Amino acid sequence: MKETKSGADPLTGQKWKKPPFIASPWLRYGLLVAVVVYLYWTFNTLPFNWDRIAEGLPRAARIFGGAFPPSFERGELMWTGFKESFQIAFLATLLGVILSIPIALMAAKNLAPLPIYLLGRGLIILSRSFHPVIVAILFVAAVGFGPLAGILTLILYSIGFVAKLLAEKVEEIDWGQMEAMRAAGAGFFKTLIYAVFPQILPRQIGLSMYQLDSNLRASAVVGIVGAGGIGSTLMNAFGRYDYDFAFAILILIVGVILVSEGISGWVRKKIW
Amino acid sequence: MVEQTAELTARPWTRYSRKERWIRFAIYFVTLFAVVWAIRDIDIFWPWVWDAPTQIQNLGSRMWPPEFEAWSAILNAMLETVHIATLSTMLTIFIALPVSYIAAQNTTPNRLTLWIGRFILVSSRSVNTIIWALLFVAIFGPGVLAGILAVMFRSVGFIGKLMGEAIEEIDRRPVEAMEATGASRMKVVLFGIVPQVMPAFFAIVILRWDINIRESTVLGLVGAGGIGVLLQGSIDTFAWQTVATILLAIIGLVLLGEALTSMLRKKVL
Amino acid sequence: MLEISNLVKRYGSDAPVLKGLDLVVEGNTVVSVVGASGAGKSTMLRCINRLVEPTSGSIQLNGRELVNLRGANLRHARRKIGMVFQGFNLIDRLTVMENVLAGRLGYVSLYQAMTRKFPQTDIDRAFHLMDRVGIAHYANKRADELSGGERQRVGVVRALMQEPEILLADEPTASLDPKTSEQIMVLLQSLASELSLPVLINIHNVSQARTYTDRIVGLRNGQMIFDGTPGEFNQEALDAIYGGIEAPDETGGEEQPTEEAQTP
Ligand SMILES: Nc1ncnc2c1ncn2[C@@H]1O[C@H](COP(=O)(O)OP(=O)(O)OP(=O)(O)O)[C@@H](O)[C@H]1O
Ligand SMILES: [Mg+2]
Repeated sequence: MKETKSGADPLTGQKWKKPPFIASPWLRYGLLVAVVVYLYWTFNTLPFNWDRIAEGLPRAARIFGGAFPPSFERGELMWTGFKESFQIAFLATLLGVILSIPIALMAAKNLAPLPIYLLGRGLIILSRSFHPVIVAILFVAAVGFGPLAGILTLILYSIGFVAKLLAEKVEEIDWGQMEAMRAAGAGFFKTLIYAVFPQILPRQIGLSMYQLDSNLRASAVVGIVGAGGIGSTLMNAFGRYDYDFAFAILILIVGVILVSEGISGWVRKKIW
Repeated sequence: MVEQTAELTARPWTRYSRKERWIRFAIYFVTLFAVVWAIRDIDIFWPWVWDAPTQIQNLGSRMWPPEFEAWSAILNAMLETVHIATLSTMLTIFIALPVSYIAAQNTTPNRLTLWIGRFILVSSRSVNTIIWALLFVAIFGPGVLAGILAVMFRSVGFIGKLMGEAIEEIDRRPVEAMEATGASRMKVVLFGIVPQVMPAFFAIVILRWDINIRESTVLGLVGAGGIGVLLQGSIDTFAWQTVATILLAIIGLVLLGEALTSMLRKKVL
Repeated sequence: MLEISNLVKRYGSDAPVLKGLDLVVEGNTVVSVVGASGAGKSTMLRCINRLVEPTSGSIQLNGRELVNLRGANLRHARRKIGMVFQGFNLIDRLTVMENVLAGRLGYVSLYQAMTRKFPQTDIDRAFHLMDRVGIAHYANKRADELSGGERQRVGVVRALMQEPEILLADEPTASLDPKTSEQIMVLLQSLASELSLPVLINIHNVSQARTYTDRIVGLRNGQMIFDGTPGEFNQEALDAIYGGIEAPDETGGEEQPTEEAQTP
C-alpha cells in the first residue's frame, strides 16, 4: 500500500476494541458472576447420589445388553396397548374438540358478555396450567386406573389447546358477515352457523388433526402414571426389567409417532 | 321473465356436488364407525364413568382446604425443579448447536452428516421427556441427574430443530462475501452465520426454558427429582390437602416462569 | 496481471453462459464490463474468485493458475482478490469495524477472529482506509444503520483490507442513487491508482463506464464482442451489445446479432 494523504499518520496506533455485547460493565460482569455463583450453588445443593450414579455405566451396559435385540414376541400385548392408546386419543380428541367449540365461543371477547368471557378464559387457563401427567395422576386417583382416566386427561388437554387457538380465531373473524346475517334477521344460532362457523371451520379441522396427533403422543405418556394405553404397557415392562420388550415398545412408539405426524401434516396441508 | 323463473325452479341446488357429498359421507361414516368401535372395544367399566363426576367432586372436597404445613419442603422441591430446568437448558445448548449445524442443509458438511443430524433430532423429539426420564432413572437411579439428562435429551431435538431452521433461513449474501475474503469454514460461520442467528437463538432458548420448567414438574413422578417426587409421595399417603398446596405452588411457578420469559424476550429482542 | 483464456461456464446441463472468454487485464487499469442482463457478467466475475466453478478454461492471477485450486490454496488465492457486491453483502448485525476487519479473515487465526483481537496493523489499516473513504467515525455503528452509499464504502474498504492484487466489483453502484453512485465510482477509480490495483467493474451505466474507467469490455451471450477505450466505445458498439435485446425470442435469433457484432 502506498502512502496516501498526510492526514493518515495520527490515525496509526489508534486502538479499537469490539464494543461489548452488554454495554454496562456492571451488568456484564454481574451477569457473569451470577452465572458462576449459580452453577456453584446448584452443584453444591442438588442432591446428587454419586455412589449410585457411579454404578450407572455398568447398569447402562446391562440395560442395553438386555434390550438387544428388541423382543417383539408378545405382539398381542403390544397390539392391545397401542389399540387402547389410539382409542383414548381418538375419543378424547372427539370429545375435546366438540367441547372446545362452546368454550371457545365463550372465551371470545367479541361474542361473549364479560362474565361468560371470564368463565371461558378461566376454563381454558385451568386446563392449560397443568402438565397432562399431573392431571392424569389426579384422575387416576379419582376414577381409578385404566383408560377412563386417560380419556378425561386428554379431553382437558385438548380443550386447553384447541379452545385457546379457536377463541383467538373467533376474535379475528370478519364482523361484517355477522352483521349481514343479523340484518337478514337471523337469530343467534343461525348467525353462528352461517357467519361464524364457516370462518372458523378450516382452522377447526386443522386443529383437530393436530390435536389427534398430540393426543396420540400424550396418550403414551399419561399411561406411565396408570391412565391406560401403551404407556402402561411400557411402564410395566420397565418395572419387570423386561428391557428387550420395553425397547421394542419404544421403537414402535417412535415409529407410530412419526407416521401420525406425517399423516396429520399431510391432511393439514390438504385442508389449508 | 316468466320463462326464466320456470327455468330457475327446474334447476335444483345443493350445497355440495355429488362427489363432494360422497367424500363427506364416507368421512362421517368412517368417523362414526371408529367411534362405535372405540366405545365398544375399549376396556372401560361403564358404571365408573357415570360415577366419575361424584368421584372427582369427592377428591376435590378432600383437597380442601390446602395445608401449608410442609411449605419449606415444597419450596425446596420447587427450587430443585427450577434448577433441573435451568441446568439442563444450559447444558443442552452445547449439544444442540453442533447438531443443528450438521442438520441444516446449507451448513452440513455432507449427506451423511445431514442424516446423522436429522436422526439425532428425530429420535430426541419423538421420545417424551417422561420416557427419557424412565430410562435414565433405570440407569443412574432416582434423583436429579436422571431428570437433568431426560430434559436435556428431549430439548436437544427441540432447540436443534428450530436452530437448524433458523440457519437454513439466513441471508446467503454475507456468507458469500466472507467466502470471497478467503476465510476458512469456521471463520465464515463465525462472521457470516453466527450474527444472523443470534436473535433466533435467544428466543428459542428462552422458549425452551419455559417449557422445561413445566416438564420438570412431572419428572418426579417417575423418580427423576423435583416437585413431582413430593407430589407422588403425598398422593401415595393420601395427604390430599398437601397435594392441593403443591398444585397451587406449581401453578404459581408456571405463571412466574411465563412472566419471566415474556420479560426476557422483550429485553433481548 | 489477470489472464483469462477460453473460459467456459455452464450451469448444470444448460447451454453455456460463458462461451470461451479471453481477457487480459494489466497494471492498474480500471476495466468496466458491460452487457445486457443475462450476458454473463456476474458469472465471469464470480469465476475469477471461484464463487462459481468454471467449467473449463484457465484464469491466472500474476502467473498463478486459479481454476484448479482447492482448500487452503483456494483460500489463499481468494484473499488476494477483493470483491465488492451489488447488495453490499455486509453482516448487518455486526459493527462497521467488524465488517471491515472481516476482510482480514483470511489472514488472522480462528482465535483472533473469535475474540475480535485483530493485530494492531490491521486496525491501523482499517482506520486509515475508513478515513480515506470518510466512514471512520462510524466504526462502532451497526452496519444496518448506515445509508446505502455508506454501506458500499464499507464494502469497498472490506475488500481493500484483504490487500488484494485485484479488485472485482459486481454492479457496485446499482443499488445507489445517481449522485452516490458517482461518488463510489470516483472512489474506485482513485483508489485503483493510489494502490496501483487493477479493477474489474460490472456496470450497467454506460456513461459512468465511459467517464470513470480506462477500458471497456462488452459481453453478449457469453462472448466478448467489444474491447477498447472509452473513446472507441461508440454507438455501433452500443448497438452490438444491447441492440435487439427487447426481442424476447432469444432462442432462434440468438446467433445472428452476435455474428454481426463480431465485425468491428
Ligand atoms: N446459479 C445459477 N444457476 C443457473 N443459472 C444461472 C445461475 N447464475 C446465473 N445463471 C444464468 O446465467 C446467465 C448469466 O447470468 P449472470 O448473472 O452472469 O448475468 P449478468 O450479465 O450478470 O446479468 P445482470 O446484469 O442481470 O446481473 C443467466 O441466463 C442466468 O439465468
Ligand atoms: Mg449480474
